[in-house]
Amino acid sequence: MAKLKFKTDFCKGCGLCVDACPKKLLKLATDKINKKGHHPAEITDQDSCTGCTSCAIMCPDCVITVER
Amino acid sequence: MADKVLMKGNEALAEAAILAGCRHYFGYPITPQTEVAAYMAKKMPKIGGTFLQAESEIAAINMVYGVSSAGHRVMTSSSSPGISLKGEGISYLAGADLPALVVNVQRGGPGLGGIQPSQSDYFQATKGAAHGDFHMIVLAPASVQEMAELTIKGFELADKYRMTSMILADGTMGQMMEPVDLDFKITPEPEKPWATTGTKLKRNHNIVNSLSLVPEELEQLNIARYERYKTVEENECMYEEYLVDDADIVLVAFGITSRVSKHAIDNAREQGVKVGLIRPITLWPFPKAPFQKAVGHAKAFITVELNMGQMIEDVKLATNCKVPVHLCNRVGGMIPDHTQVYDKIMEINEEVK
Amino acid sequence: MVVFEKPHALTDVPLHYCPGCTHGIVHRLVAEAIDELGIEGQTIGIAPVGCSVMAYDYFNCDMIEAAHGRAPAVATGVKRADPDNHIVFTYQGDGDLASIGMAETVHAAARNENITVIFINNAIYGMTGGQMAPTSLPGQVTQTSPYGRDTSHCGYPIRVCEMLATLEGPEYLERVTVNNVANVRKAKKAIKKAFQNQIDKKGFSLIEVVSSCPTNWGMTPQDALKWIDDNMLPYYPLGVYKDRSAKEEK
Repeated sequence: MAKLKFKTDFCKGCGLCVDACPKKLLKLATDKINKKGHHPAEITDQDSCTGCTSCAIMCPDCVITVER
Repeated sequence: MADKVLMKGNEALAEAAILAGCRHYFGYPITPQTEVAAYMAKKMPKIGGTFLQAESEIAAINMVYGVSSAGHRVMTSSSSPGISLKGEGISYLAGADLPALVVNVQRGGPGLGGIQPSQSDYFQATKGAAHGDFHMIVLAPASVQEMAELTIKGFELADKYRMTSMILADGTMGQMMEPVDLDFKITPEPEKPWATTGTKLKRNHNIVNSLSLVPEELEQLNIARYERYKTVEENECMYEEYLVDDADIVLVAFGITSRVSKHAIDNAREQGVKVGLIRPITLWPFPKAPFQKAVGHAKAFITVELNMGQMIEDVKLATNCKVPVHLCNRVGGMIPDHTQVYDKIMEINEEVK
Repeated sequence: MVVFEKPHALTDVPLHYCPGCTHGIVHRLVAEAIDELGIEGQTIGIAPVGCSVMAYDYFNCDMIEAAHGRAPAVATGVKRADPDNHIVFTYQGDGDLASIGMAETVHAAARNENITVIFINNAIYGMTGGQMAPTSLPGQVTQTSPYGRDTSHCGYPIRVCEMLATLEGPEYLERVTVNNVANVRKAKKAIKKAFQNQIDKKGFSLIEVVSSCPTNWGMTPQDALKWIDDNMLPYYPLGVYKDRSAKEEK
């Protein structure tokens, strides 16, 4: 089972990970604001995540760690 | 003492650099210093060193920046127009506190100027080599022997203070041949724990940098650098005095004009005129002490320069303008002969009698 | 088991780049290559003036900040200081590499200087706020080409890989992009090869990474990646422009 960990305070809310996810499991948390003032990325359905790392590959800020 | 060898100034300088442990030379052809490059091109491959003819003076000084970052003794040489191109790199060397040796065998300017000897880069060397607040240690040889000695001194001071040392010679010093004693005692290079040589995963990464975007920090860096410069000023001034103790008139000259001046002084002394010479060997730091001493008895100073009057400003500052300072000069590649200097001494002697 | 994390060769300092700027991706790819080749302890990186001037804070290896355009000359010095032990890379933008530093670039390539050059081509000057670059496209609107780049007035963009490929000198020249997952993987492979070439003493390798600048292009990060496909890649086709060793092996 895959697990994503987010270094939330490093996220700039660019959303490149959101687009990269083949299963569309990520979103920007519009109800949250991180230290930098961005809506950080989060996963909506961890159980459906395969740990393909596409989100992490497109993240310019190394926010996402992927475990499998 | 070893036997003396007959060498050209440029070659003595190059050989001294090798003796000082310099194994990296980068340059670009320009008259009248090309013998330095030619000498290095012959020698470096045989001793495991690097000679590289760069695509420009700008590239050459940045190759120097690279080798210095990696903690090795390194040099470049050029002549006036080429030194202007190196200005950017010299400023970055200063901003990153990197040691290096830069040789300027000066020719007449401005612009492309000529190829004959000149001292018209005095301001550039001592005041404004490029943008920002910084100094270089500027050494002015007056013989082929000093071309060698000051090159070694230049490397040692550069390492000691993490500064650029400049050999400010003129075309005459580069081209003339004299016997040289190359038996030098070399101070070993100091440890350079700041150098970027790879962390070996055993220390935090080193950063060579001249960028500082926080004004409070950049201010402190500048202040600290000038504290270091103050130590250089206190400890490293070099000069020669010739018959100054009783002199009514004191000539001030460096490089080739100091030799012409001595000839004129000897002739004037024969006529009973009390005249002497202060020869600054470090142009920065400018040696103020002999001037403060001489100003007690001297009635006038005469700077003898191959420019329109540049060092004269430092002489006025060093003497607090207490006595008149006159200029005896030639420019454009012309050199005053001893009779011109003698005539000037006699002219001023009439005024101060 | 962790299958993806920040590479060791990157520090923990947050990058100053704008949201969605692909500099961050390329930094990571360089760091991954350094990690995988086990060369962090002997690598010296050089980042000259431009958006990436503060890269010295982001890489764990020794770093040098250089004057605008001069990184290949500085790299030449660092490499020649200890050619057997130093692994040297430069990380340069388009204004830096293809405008003010073109001479240093061409001559380092001509000498087949054994260094790795990472060239970020995003067709604009980022740090100074979006001026026309030597690689700005015809018609591209920038702060200093407000009516679009007029080629009759200021000429045509420079294709660096194609130009350098005319030289005998360089070992390896490849243009990649990082605008989707597949392309990032290809870019990683190219960058790693560019370092491996240096380890193998093969000589000058340059990887041109067609990148985005959402802020100065005036679009969202997503639109910027699409703009690469629609506008950049037709002018700057991806591919290997020179691979001397592969040619010799044939």
